[in-house]
Amino acid sequence: MVNYEGHALDRVFSALVDPTRRAILARLEQEECLSISVIAEPFAIKLPAVMKHLDVLADAGLIARSKRGRTVDVRLSAEPLREAREWLDRYVRFWSPALDRLAAYAEDQEAEVRKAKVGATEAGAKSE
Amino acid sequence: MTSLTLVRRIAARPSIVFDALTTPEGLAAWWGPDDLPVIKAEVDARVGGGFRVRFRTLDGQEHEAFGECLEVVRPDRLVMTWRWAVGGEPEERGRTSRIEIELRPIESGTELTFTHADLRNAASKAGHEQGWSGSLVKLVRLFGDTPSTTDQV
Repeated sequence: MVNYEGHALDRVFSALVDPTRRAILARLEQEECLSISVIAEPFAIKLPAVMKHLDVLADAGLIARSKRGRTVDVRLSAEPLREAREWLDRYVRFWSPALDRLAAYAEDQEAEVRKAKVGATEAGAKSE
Repeated sequence: MTSLTLVRRIAARPSIVFDALTTPEGLAAWWGPDDLPVIKAEVDARVGGGFRVRFRTLDGQEHEAFGECLEVVRPDRLVMTWRWAVGGEPEERGRTSRIEIELRPIESGTELTFTHADLRNAASKAGHEQGWSGSLVKLVRLFGDTPSTTDQV
C-alpha cells in the first residue's frame, strides 16, 4: 500500500525511457486526441508493436483510451508526468543550492590563489 | 534509469573545483540542501576509496550519505556511488545510485556537469540511452505545471 505511489512512478519512468513512447506522448500533447492508426503512421514499426507501446503508456497512466465506433481514441493524461516532475524536483532542490555553494567556495579559493600569486610576484619584484 | 543533470559555470580553474569536491574541507563547505554546517565530511578520493557526509536539514533532521569512488581523474572527472545511510529520500533508501561529475575547462574557469544517475532503477532494462534525461525534461516541462527551473533535469 505504502509503495503504491512508488511503483506507479517506476512505471512512469520506465515508460518514458523509450523514444517511440516519448514521441507518441509529444504528439498527443500537440494534438490532444488521435486514433491508434494515426498514431502509428509516422513509425516504421508495425501496428501490433505500436499497440504494445500504447499498453505500456496506459499501464503507467500516461494515456487514456476510449472506443468510438470502430476506432480507439487516445488522449494524454498529464497527472503522472506532473508527479514524475515533482519527484525529480526533490533532487533538484537537494543538489541545486549545494552546487551554488560549491561554485561560491571554489571561486573564493580561486581568488585566494590569485591573490597569493600576485603577492608573490610583487614580493619578487621588490626583492629585485 | 532516471537521471538528473545540473550544469554550473564556475569562475575557478578545474583543479580548484575538483579539490572542492574531493577534500573534507571542500565537501564541508558546500554539501547539503540548506545553508547549515555539515556535521561530518570524510573523503578518500582514490578509486576504491569512499566518502561519507552527515548533515542536518532545516527541519532538524540528520541525514548521512556515503559511497565509493569508481573513477577519480583529477581534474576532469569523478564518479561515485551514492547511498543513504540515514534519512534521505525514503524510496531511495537501500538503493545505490551514481554520481558523475565532469569538469571542462572554459575561458571563464570551469563548466561543471553534475549527473545523479540510476535514480529509481526501474525493473525494466529497456533503455539507458543518451539524451534520455534531456528528453524527460522537455516532456515534463511540456506537461508539468510546476514552475520551470534554470536547471536541466
